[in-house]
Amino acid sequence: MTSAHTLTIESLTLAYDTHVVIEELNLHIAPGRITGIVGANACGKSTLMRSMSRLLRPRAGQVLLDGKDIHQMPAKKLARILGLLPQSPTAPEGITVSDLVGRGRHPHQRLFSRWSVEDTEAVAAALETTSTTDLAERAVDELSGGQRQRVWVAMALAQKTDILLLDEPTTFLDVSHQVEILDLLVDLNSSQGTTIVMVLHDLNLAARYCDELVALADRRLFAAGEPSDVLTEETIRTVFGLENQVITDPTSGKPLMLPIGRHRVVCKADGGMAATSNPGNDAAAQRVQKG
Amino acid sequence: MRPIPSTKTVCSARTVSSARLAHRESTATAERIVAGMARRRLRHGIALGVFGVLIVAGFVISLMFGHSFYPFSDVLKVIMGQDVPQAGFTVGVLRLPRASLAILAGFSFGLAGVAFQTMLRNPLASPDIIGISAGAAAAAVFGIVFLSLKAAAVSMFAIVAGLLVALIVYLLSYRGGVAGTRLILIGIGVAAMLDSFTAYCLSQAAEWNLQDAMRWMTGSLNGANWGETGMVLISLILFGSLLLSQSRRLLITQLGDDAASALGVAVGRTRLIVTLSAVGLISFATAATGPVAFVAFLSGPIAARVVGSGRSLLLPSAFIGALLVLVADFFGQFILGTRYPVGVITGVLGAPFLLYLIIKANRVGGSL
Repeated sequence: MTSAHTLTIESLTLAYDTHVVIEELNLHIAPGRITGIVGANACGKSTLMRSMSRLLRPRAGQVLLDGKDIHQMPAKKLARILGLLPQSPTAPEGITVSDLVGRGRHPHQRLFSRWSVEDTEAVAAALETTSTTDLAERAVDELSGGQRQRVWVAMALAQKTDILLLDEPTTFLDVSHQVEILDLLVDLNSSQGTTIVMVLHDLNLAARYCDELVALADRRLFAAGEPSDVLTEETIRTVFGLENQVITDPTSGKPLMLPIGRHRVVCKADGGMAATSNPGNDAAAQRVQKG
Repeated sequence: MRPIPSTKTVCSARTVSSARLAHRESTATAERIVAGMARRRLRHGIALGVFGVLIVAGFVISLMFGHSFYPFSDVLKVIMGQDVPQAGFTVGVLRLPRASLAILAGFSFGLAGVAFQTMLRNPLASPDIIGISAGAAAAAVFGIVFLSLKAAAVSMFAIVAGLLVALIVYLLSYRGGVAGTRLILIGIGVAAMLDSFTAYCLSQAAEWNLQDAMRWMTGSLNGANWGETGMVLISLILFGSLLLSQSRRLLITQLGDDAASALGVAVGRTRLIVTLSAVGLISFATAATGPVAFVAFLSGPIAARVVGSGRSLLLPSAFIGALLVLVADFFGQFILGTRYPVGVITGVLGAPFLLYLIIKANRVGGSL
């Protein structure tokens, strides 16, 4: 049931031109588990995801799939093992849902091969898993945000990879649709043993749905491990520059983070350190409040 | 607040029931997917068939009709290489190369146009809007007027210029990535400069005449000969097949660069091959007919409306391009009283569509 493929990152340094985004990062992705990557805006989460699926060539170090550098592997072979749902893919105008999901079969098709029964089955399964069967013949541009995101997930599922990377799969979705997508990914993980790595903004949903969390800060890996080890007041303070309180989520037993800004705080758990101790904290606190 | 155990039971119950449901539904879903795909494939096939028949019909009609009429049997004999008095000259020397060039150039324009439009995900990004046709035409005129080049050399000259213009437009619009709108606006500017260079070259020509000028400003099939037609045929076989070999990859790149490479498509290489072959097609055709206005720009969107989305538009667009040039040339020659070059007719069709696209883009939100 568990994915046999291992994904390992070895002293990875990533940069755009001269701007270094990730430095000397080592990470082992737990096979068959759900790993969440968290961190402040522009800390290199997406960049890390892009390099893990070969969209970005590392400045130094390497990403290893089963011990082999992914940049040495044939593109299609890699795409049969490792899939990525990028942050903002574009749907061609007027394309139907089943056609779009069918594009996920590309790595399994040869240059002149025809559409196979296997392709149809994979697309059907992907539509069913994401509850988009009824939308199959609809045009993607007519769908609501939540439906569209499920269709994109379906495309990634049709690719049938053992490892699936998702860059912010829940952005722009309301809370019920966020939970729906995350539930779906857990289903996939438990039924197929798919290794899932995703970037998430909502720390509490990340804590609830991920088996492992990876926190990035200052171009480096700051903490990695189970949510209860990673999502601590201390870590959040450092990674996000945000004063906070972590309690136990009564629904899941996982950590639940409560942000503490400058306003609307009636009582702080530990008497409170000044939330405005430095300008960075202040900005972060305000951001949380506005959001 | 809900106690923990009950949440767990709800979760697992939902998983089990959805799995069971999925199993029951799966055949129905598979049938639906196959049916939908078959429907679109049929529509695609029928469209291609109808276009093909129309092209053949248009070809035969433009060989038979004109200022003099020749029956189908005479036309057939000429095509078979038999010697027919009168028809041998009018059909064999005047009409046949002209109609053949119309189809081949139309094919080339249609293919190149839709390739660029698909690759850059914008109907305005066709090579005749963003200066590549203008570059090929300017080089062809320069080669003919100042260097006295022959057909093959003119074509070579045109393709080099076409590639150069493509590179220049790309580099000028590159700013940490290429944005579609910037590329289109810069292309329009480059096209305007090249058009005025063409006009300058024409004004310096020793034997300047209106027909030549029309050819290089809007495109014309006047004076079509086998030499030019042969060059376009060679380019169509070479670059056309190269482009068609990328058809599936081109469809995948529509999803965005990241999604396409995640699906195992080498985006950079695909884009390079598509650009090279599309520029080759447009340059060779332009060297023979001049930049026939808006054919490259119109063919793709018309094809998309006829065959729908989801399948490759390369072939449908090529067929539409051939039809456009063939029919527009016939109209320009014989229907309107005065003889107009083909580009004037396609221009009349294309300009309103360009306006429509721009107005529509502004309503949607100005991102073109």
